[in-house]
Amino acid sequence: MGAALASGVPPSAPGGAPRALAVSAVEMTKRFPGVVANDRVSFEAAEGEVHALLGENGAGKTTLCNLLMGLYRPDHGKLFVGGKPVRFHSPRDAQDAGVFMVHQHLRLVESMTVAENVVLGRSTPRQLRFSRRAVERTVAEAADRFGMSVDPRARIWQLSLGERQRVEILKALCSGARILILDEPTTVLTPQETDQLFASVRDMAKAGRTVIFISHKLPEVLAVADCVTIMRLGHSVTTVPTAGTKADHLAALMVGREVSLDATTKAAAEPGAAVLQLTGVYAHGDLGAEALRDVTLEVRAGEILGIAGVSGNGQRELAEVITGLRPTTRGAINIAGARLPAGDPRAAIDLGVAYVPEDRMGTGISPNLSIAENLMLKSYRGKTMTSGPVLSSRKAIANAKVMIERFDVRAPGPRTLVRQLSGGNIQKVLLARELSSQPSVLVAASPTRGLDVGATQYVRQVLAGTAASGVAVVMISEDLDEIFELSDRIAVFYNGRVVGILRSSEADRQQVGLMMAGAV
Amino acid sequence: MTLPVRVERRLDAPKWLKVVVPVASLVLAAIIAGILLLATGHNPLSTYHQMYSAAITADGALSATLVYATPLLFTGLCAAFAFRMRTWNIGGEGQLYMGAVGASATGLVLGDWPRPLLIIAMVLGGASAGMLWAAIPALLRAYLRTNEILTSLMLNYVAGFFMYYLIYDSDSYWRDLSTPSALVFPTGKTLGPHANWPGVAIGSFTLPMGFILGTGLAVGLLLLIRSTRYGFEMRLMGDSPQAARYSGIRTKRKILSVMAISGAIAGVAGSSQIGDFGHVLDPRGLQQAQYGYTGIVVAALALYNPLAVVLVSLFIGGLTNAGFALEGPSFPTGLVGTMEGIILFTVLGGEILARYRVSWRRDPVVAAAAPATGVAS
Repeated sequence: MGAALASGVPPSAPGGAPRALAVSAVEMTKRFPGVVANDRVSFEAAEGEVHALLGENGAGKTTLCNLLMGLYRPDHGKLFVGGKPVRFHSPRDAQDAGVFMVHQHLRLVESMTVAENVVLGRSTPRQLRFSRRAVERTVAEAADRFGMSVDPRARIWQLSLGERQRVEILKALCSGARILILDEPTTVLTPQETDQLFASVRDMAKAGRTVIFISHKLPEVLAVADCVTIMRLGHSVTTVPTAGTKADHLAALMVGREVSLDATTKAAAEPGAAVLQLTGVYAHGDLGAEALRDVTLEVRAGEILGIAGVSGNGQRELAEVITGLRPTTRGAINIAGARLPAGDPRAAIDLGVAYVPEDRMGTGISPNLSIAENLMLKSYRGKTMTSGPVLSSRKAIANAKVMIERFDVRAPGPRTLVRQLSGGNIQKVLLARELSSQPSVLVAASPTRGLDVGATQYVRQVLAGTAASGVAVVMISEDLDEIFELSDRIAVFYNGRVVGILRSSEADRQQVGLMMAGAV
Repeated sequence: MTLPVRVERRLDAPKWLKVVVPVASLVLAAIIAGILLLATGHNPLSTYHQMYSAAITADGALSATLVYATPLLFTGLCAAFAFRMRTWNIGGEGQLYMGAVGASATGLVLGDWPRPLLIIAMVLGGASAGMLWAAIPALLRAYLRTNEILTSLMLNYVAGFFMYYLIYDSDSYWRDLSTPSALVFPTGKTLGPHANWPGVAIGSFTLPMGFILGTGLAVGLLLLIRSTRYGFEMRLMGDSPQAARYSGIRTKRKILSVMAISGAIAGVAGSSQIGDFGHVLDPRGLQQAQYGYTGIVVAALALYNPLAVVLVSLFIGGLTNAGFALEGPSFPTGLVGTMEGIILFTVLGGEILARYRVSWRRDPVVAAAAPATGVAS
């Protein structure tokens, strides 16, 4: 057994009898060009245990799971499943050994039913024809057993994200999963759905399954897991039982230094002149229905206006009209006195609007281009990146090196493709590009969603600092704590309208919550 | 029980594969085609030798190879350029026809111009006709979001019928009406001697002007894609259209201009058909050759790299030429076509299969090794 596990808990049931180890990784190392993603990582989880893997973005959690599920092969080290040494050549091998992973981005066929998706990709079909009814019954039984209600005949496109995730989990369970890896499963879930998921996870553990739960949300880890293995910078730091462990202790282990989980300190703003003004703005949503109705807002230089609301009440459309990505149907948007033409992203960029979009991978960056190229996504038209008519890769690399240094992006180099970076580092690349353009307005949509404690703290500090330097910041977030922590004023959206604008020092959560629910 | 082999997607491809795969594909093609040749009573080795000599070593063989390679170079670039931005211009065929129509008209109308000016005018005439033809699917795609694959493909047929109409079904400007026999057997007007593009003669071998032009164009396109703002926007749009819009690129204009350039390149293929080779608008010949469609294969084999298009067009051109040389009473056209098909199939297939690796199915549990001490706790 690895020395790193010496401080680990003996995997014993409450009754005292030791439980059998379900999975155990011994000193596994995985290198990628320029980085050691996993450096002699040791990890073990017992049968019937919920084991959390906690770590910042880029700490090596995902690499470890990809090793466990057979997507990568370790350069060194051994892997044991059910006490036997295994060597996986592909995810199929891992599945044959009972190891399944539920990814953050679900992999289901939308036009097929739940039952069809469950049997899809079975490795050994016993018979050529599949009996729809038998499969539906199996799915329904498993759903019932683990408290995951879902109609086996429903088609995937009809389901909510939470339900789709249940299908993915059921698929693994019905395919004989003994060890189930859940990769940040709560990202897409509502608080209620999260509670349901946790109950199901406990049921699975009771039934002898092992659940490996990847997360960087401390309260969730403490709520659902028996044990936590903390990873940092590619190492497995330690394994501790959750019982009796405090959140800030875990945070310190994870970050490697003491962190205060208290609010980012933000000096009370001395707002300047109004930079961003929306007057009576209307806009359509993607499906053609009215998504913004008579929105009138004003954001001053040096101020953070928090936009609170339940997702889907016009926040995304608000961000898109300010940044020119979505045309307005009525009303006017002025930036520093200049009228923004409707639906012209380049005009918005030229007027000094920076945008950190909610959909980082899809909109904010080009995943198959390098860091250097992504950093010049908006400045390549200017003189700073060219020499004569050609783009100067020397200037792009030099610029990227400065940005990587200043924004502490952890990457092998400026030529690394952005899709190879972790979520936190992608957000840093995005922030670096948007802030280096010296904007007058910054629109940040869910800027810390999916980020770990360290990166979240960093992003919040950057946002506060940006406002302090005189930028008008619009911050859209579903996280009320974040809104209260950073905003000077809070605008609450409901059904495409601004239902109220409050000073955050005078507002209370109860009131904002009621406004968000449309009760005021 | 499933098969004892399994196919897995490669996470990263080693560099040697880039050389080994095409070579191995060709060897495989030679073996499969050899079996076919033996079965039909031909000697594979002498057939291959005949092909090699007809494509490269025989008298005038290289010149003949370049006759086929030149149009494929242009249509290959046409497809490779548009595909680079994931804009699927399948209309190279029709754009080539229209280019030939445009270039022959220019050559006929301006026949008494000085030769260099006339040649430039013919290049531009073909390019603009191809560009205008490509603009139709481009406008439909940019403003009405129609699928450009379907529209550009269907316009190929329209262009083909238009060309036939000009020569066979009307007394158009392109048709030769000067002799009685031309009235019975319709042909196009032959262009004047000034309109013949000069080739570079090296001994008995002639390098057509079109091929030189196309090679220069390939270098230019490579530079455009790699190191200009225009090319950066193309790569960005190809990777993520949403990110392109977010970064302020006028995406509709971009689609229009990329399709227009792509169409213009195919149009010059038509110019070269008139100026380098045919000197007359010949609908039947152009339509039978199918250079536009073969250009898509060329682009795919070249992995959309303009410089690789030059090499691949030579390869496919040589293959086509060798095929024509083999044809005869004892060697039916169908057999030639089958052999060419086998070669393309293995090379393209090798390209795709190289993205995967094949391994023997092993039991994931290595039963021989004893469990490490302590693990079973």
